[in-house]
Amino acid sequence: MPARIIQENEAPFATVDIDPVTLEVIENALRNARIEMDATLVRTAMSPGIREQGDAFPLIADSKGRMIVGQFGSYIGPFLDGFDGTVEDGDLIFLSDPYSVGGAISHSNDWLVLMPVFKDGRLVAYTSMFGHQSDIGGKVPGSMPIDATSIFQEGVRIPPVKLWKQGQYNEDLMKLVLHQVRTPEWCSADLNALIAACRVAARRVVELCERFGDDVYASATNLLLDRNYRAMKHLVETSVSEEKVSFQDYICDDGLGYGPYKIRCTMWRENGKVILDFDGTDPQSQASINFFLNENMMKMFFGIYMIMVFDPQILFNDGFYDLIEVRIPKGSLLKPKFPAALSGRTHALGRLFDILGGLLGQKTPEFLNAAGFSSSPHLFYAGTDKNGKWFQLFQIGFGGIPGRPLGDGPDGHSLWPGFTNVPNEFLERYFPLRIERYETVPDSGGAGLHRGGNGIDMVYRFLEPGVIAIHDDRWFVPPWGVNGGLPGKRARKLLVKADGTEIVMGNKVEDYPVEAGDMLHFITWGGGGWGDPLERDPALVLKEIGQGLVTAQGALDYGVVIADDGSVDADATEVLRTTMRAERPADGGPFNFGPDIETLRANCLEETGLPAPKQPQWHSSLAEAAE
Amino acid sequence: MTYRLGVDVGGTFTDLLLFDQESGAFWRHKTPSTPHDSSEGILNGLEAICEKAGITPADIEFFLHGTTVATNAVLEGKGSRVGLIVSEGYRQVMQIARSFVPGGLAGWIVWPKPEPLAALEDTVEIDGRMDANGNEVRPIDDAQIRKALETLRDAGVEALTVSLMNGYLNGAHETRVGELAAEIMPDVPISLSHEVLPEMQEYERTLTTVANAAVRPVVGSYVRALRSQLRAGGMAGSLSLLRSDGGLMSSEKSEEHPVSLLMSGPAGGVTGALWVAKNAGLKNILTLDVGGTSTDVALIENLEARRVRTTEVGHLSVRASALDVKTVGAGGGSIAYVPELTGALRVGPQSAGAVPGPVAYGKGGTEATVTDANVVLGYLPESLLGGSFKLDREGAKAAVQKIADALGIGLMEAARGIIDIVNENMFGALRMISVQQGYDPRHFALMGFGGAGPLHVNAVARLMGSWPAVSPVSPGVLCALGDATTQMRTETARSFSKRFDETDEASVIAILEEMAAETRAELEAEGISPSDINTSFELDVRYEGQAFEVPLSIDPETLRKDGLAAVRARFDEEHERLFTFNMDSAHELVNLRAVALGPALELGRFNLPEGNGDPSEAKIRDHELWADGKMAPAVIYDRSKLRAGDVIPGPAIVIEMDSTTLIEADCVGTVDAVGNILINLA
Repeated sequence: MPARIIQENEAPFATVDIDPVTLEVIENALRNARIEMDATLVRTAMSPGIREQGDAFPLIADSKGRMIVGQFGSYIGPFLDGFDGTVEDGDLIFLSDPYSVGGAISHSNDWLVLMPVFKDGRLVAYTSMFGHQSDIGGKVPGSMPIDATSIFQEGVRIPPVKLWKQGQYNEDLMKLVLHQVRTPEWCSADLNALIAACRVAARRVVELCERFGDDVYASATNLLLDRNYRAMKHLVETSVSEEKVSFQDYICDDGLGYGPYKIRCTMWRENGKVILDFDGTDPQSQASINFFLNENMMKMFFGIYMIMVFDPQILFNDGFYDLIEVRIPKGSLLKPKFPAALSGRTHALGRLFDILGGLLGQKTPEFLNAAGFSSSPHLFYAGTDKNGKWFQLFQIGFGGIPGRPLGDGPDGHSLWPGFTNVPNEFLERYFPLRIERYETVPDSGGAGLHRGGNGIDMVYRFLEPGVIAIHDDRWFVPPWGVNGGLPGKRARKLLVKADGTEIVMGNKVEDYPVEAGDMLHFITWGGGGWGDPLERDPALVLKEIGQGLVTAQGALDYGVVIADDGSVDADATEVLRTTMRAERPADGGPFNFGPDIETLRANCLEETGLPAPKQPQWHSSLAEAAE
Repeated sequence: MTYRLGVDVGGTFTDLLLFDQESGAFWRHKTPSTPHDSSEGILNGLEAICEKAGITPADIEFFLHGTTVATNAVLEGKGSRVGLIVSEGYRQVMQIARSFVPGGLAGWIVWPKPEPLAALEDTVEIDGRMDANGNEVRPIDDAQIRKALETLRDAGVEALTVSLMNGYLNGAHETRVGELAAEIMPDVPISLSHEVLPEMQEYERTLTTVANAAVRPVVGSYVRALRSQLRAGGMAGSLSLLRSDGGLMSSEKSEEHPVSLLMSGPAGGVTGALWVAKNAGLKNILTLDVGGTSTDVALIENLEARRVRTTEVGHLSVRASALDVKTVGAGGGSIAYVPELTGALRVGPQSAGAVPGPVAYGKGGTEATVTDANVVLGYLPESLLGGSFKLDREGAKAAVQKIADALGIGLMEAARGIIDIVNENMFGALRMISVQQGYDPRHFALMGFGGAGPLHVNAVARLMGSWPAVSPVSPGVLCALGDATTQMRTETARSFSKRFDETDEASVIAILEEMAAETRAELEAEGISPSDINTSFELDVRYEGQAFEVPLSIDPETLRKDGLAAVRARFDEEHERLFTFNMDSAHELVNLRAVALGPALELGRFNLPEGNGDPSEAKIRDHELWADGKMAPAVIYDRSKLRAGDVIPGPAIVIEMDSTTLIEADCVGTVDAVGNILINLA
């Protein structure tokens, strides 16, 4: 039963003519409103995840729920379809259960607020924002147990409920929810911040309606949607072929010892539409690495990659959705069945972007970057300090950005929009730890004409006993290089005990006890290289050796030989480069994936210090092909 | 007789404004800037303006200067080669920065990463570590430090920066490195992070210290050269520079702390607006400083400009107090275009700059700009006052016609569209500093200045509901006016980072008093009499764990009398205004600042002769311009002939040497006693 919209004024908006200038002005105003949402949030949120790192996403939609500005596309349509209730003036809907909204949010840590905006008794828009909560209860601090086997272990699950109902605040509901979490102050502040951001945007929309008239505003948003449709139609016709292209990549493991999990996507154009078909993707996991992928979100990812190149000033909106069809097999890693665990979905989400890049880049070289959207690595550290105070850190790390047509991938930077690292002095001031080193790992970026960005080695020294959890990927299957570039180095985690004992840690670990004085090397992946490394200027390689970004040993991947006095040995370099050119295999396509899965398995223990993941086994009924 | 001279050096012109302190009479002059050595243009202007006023440079008691020399050194990468000493494990602090990539999802594909301000090869780690309470965890090693310093010296660094982890809490290690450096590289200027910016956050503190070191030699040699040339020219008065926060500092002090000058240019406009507002009897002002490539906006409430703790220069975000000036890439030179794919009309941020400039300037520009649209619509008359420069209206029309064709609309509609969009962009920037900060723009007047501000101020005021729209007297040299009319200011800041329940009034006041003594001593050293110095305190407060601090000013007596409880109440009130809610969380005192201000100026006021309300004496000719969808008759006036009390019905254009004011059709402009034009709805 779909939601019932209750309006005092049921009159539909009239379609009126809009001149191009008014349209532009409205588009700009909406863009500004969205910036205001971000600014409001960052200033008032409290958890480091949202506040310092920016893990939150705003949206303004039209009265039908279609996104006009935002990032990840609208979930409002699917939500309204499944919401058994009314939408009224003064309501504010609050939810966190992915299964209630078709995966529009993809794990229960993301708290979403949705505000219908009414003017003169008529629904004119929706504003909405969701943000990652540091803790929502459940079996582990941080509430993202990688070894969870059902969503019931992942903390409080909020179905769509009204936090404000016709202007009345439901305080009891909030008490009930905050009672379930380990960090009620953060959650309460962050939720307040999300609501404040939505209210700001709602005010802006009403002001726009007052300034231009409700009909003009509604017609303008229709035109903006239509403009995206036309732009995308053109791109689809010129950039996507009718011939099928496929690409696949892997999630390394599931934290329970099994892996890798394959994600495969095939793309083609048919009757003017792009089909993105995930047939061939592995079935869902027992553990929490499943990523409940919403079809609309996938359309938005695709659209953003397309539009970015042609008119980056355009506002992404939902207008082009009809041009794309997404097919995801039920019971697969990307459409798991309830009550599959979902909290560890960040790895598959990240991998999707590598896959999208590889898929589009096969036919349109201007899109082709190397791989490096590994995941969003997490570290959790929690315990009770000597004063009896509970502490809990959830931190997002960064790896190397891939080599790009534009140039080298930046070292240790974020592929996620708006994210920043947390100042280490801040961490040391507010948590019982010291960051002994914070540097990038030389040679970890894949060699190429444009080098992949280096990953980061962040060394935590824990000053209080507690438990840690680690979520990362790209430790087994390396980030690939393109157009002659080499793959980047893989992620690694190493715990050094006070007595010097070294323990190689898995990259998906829960509830691991640490002692005061233990040091954790949290090492992330390097980006893949772009273009032929033998074409890179030896002087640049030498400079980067001086900068500590590349080593003399690593220079050999570029065919550059460093003499004993530290200069480039030009003759030896020439000889080595000639030999390397002669010995390398003839053109094997644009991708360099490194060794195949079986070889990786065989060498895993030796190369990574960890046993190879075991091939997952599935019950056959889990894997049904999509219709 | 004493005179004050304000000098603002811009990209194209050097503006000068000379004030007679007693009568309030003033003279202004514009002379071409000399980018190879700006002091040349300054001296040319000095000579000319003294001649106009019939004085000699020796009569000038105060030479007050806003400069972009520090800003340009950063933006153009012309700062010095800086060596950087960091803690073990932190060599890449500038390389990793905050890991932030601008531009949204997939933005990384097209982002060119800027090079760090201190090169990685000139960054060296040393052993030793302080913890987050300022206690030593591991000692430093003199022998290793000497080696590091020798390496940097031999590499040829021109300035040295030391920034160690948690140095803001305990600067002992940094100080020791500084001592050794003074010995090993005696000629190299040294900046220690705990002295330049004793605040938490290693990247921001390091960046600020490095930025300071990088611009020090450039600013130093500029200031010294200027000083000696002025002295040689007979000017014996004091030379002060305008800081980013709108205060003045002595030229000697600016050599040590040039990072405080990074927004000196825009600050001049805001302080100028403050002066004008005071004389016009306005208390709340939004400023709109429209230049060729960008527009700066700021908010003044109750004759105080808002300050922020961060100065944004290019991609860098430096921790130094600045007036809260937001910049958008929308100015007279902003280029209009229609991308084929979307068929949308876009204006900026690309700009035709000074070269080739707008099509109408006839210097080779081919793409339609905002200025061209203003010319097409008749807002900028073809011949400006003086007649030396004629605008190419036909060229402008042809360029705008291309935009009109791409959109399938008429020429005038396209031109008006370009103006509407650029106004909307300015409107967006103004909203960020007003509505978004909890201010209602309807309680503010809007003041437009810079070359093109008075052209747009009427339309933008209408969007904001901010009346009157003000075209100040001498809008083209308002920055120089600001330089001439502001007061000495200095401040010092410290990280505090304690919850209210972890401290008390007594200890907070003790630290503030100590800081206040420092700042007073600085001003006294500048020759200001102790009785003329005013001290105030600022406390940055937030809910524990929040990212955003609210700065609260408080005077020492109130703090003693009402205590921290009053501070808490003030914070809650301000938080409510900004964000619409309060919380039960603990309050945290983040930073403490002491500010010392020199004496406020008591300048005379120069009044225009009183008119009879009828501006026709000043009429130059009849004119036509685009208003409300059609060409309408209008009048062009000469600003220098307007009298106090003149009432100008719109549509009208008021022209002067370097600026043009547009009064829209249903509005009316009134000339006030000192010559400002106040535009209101008719």
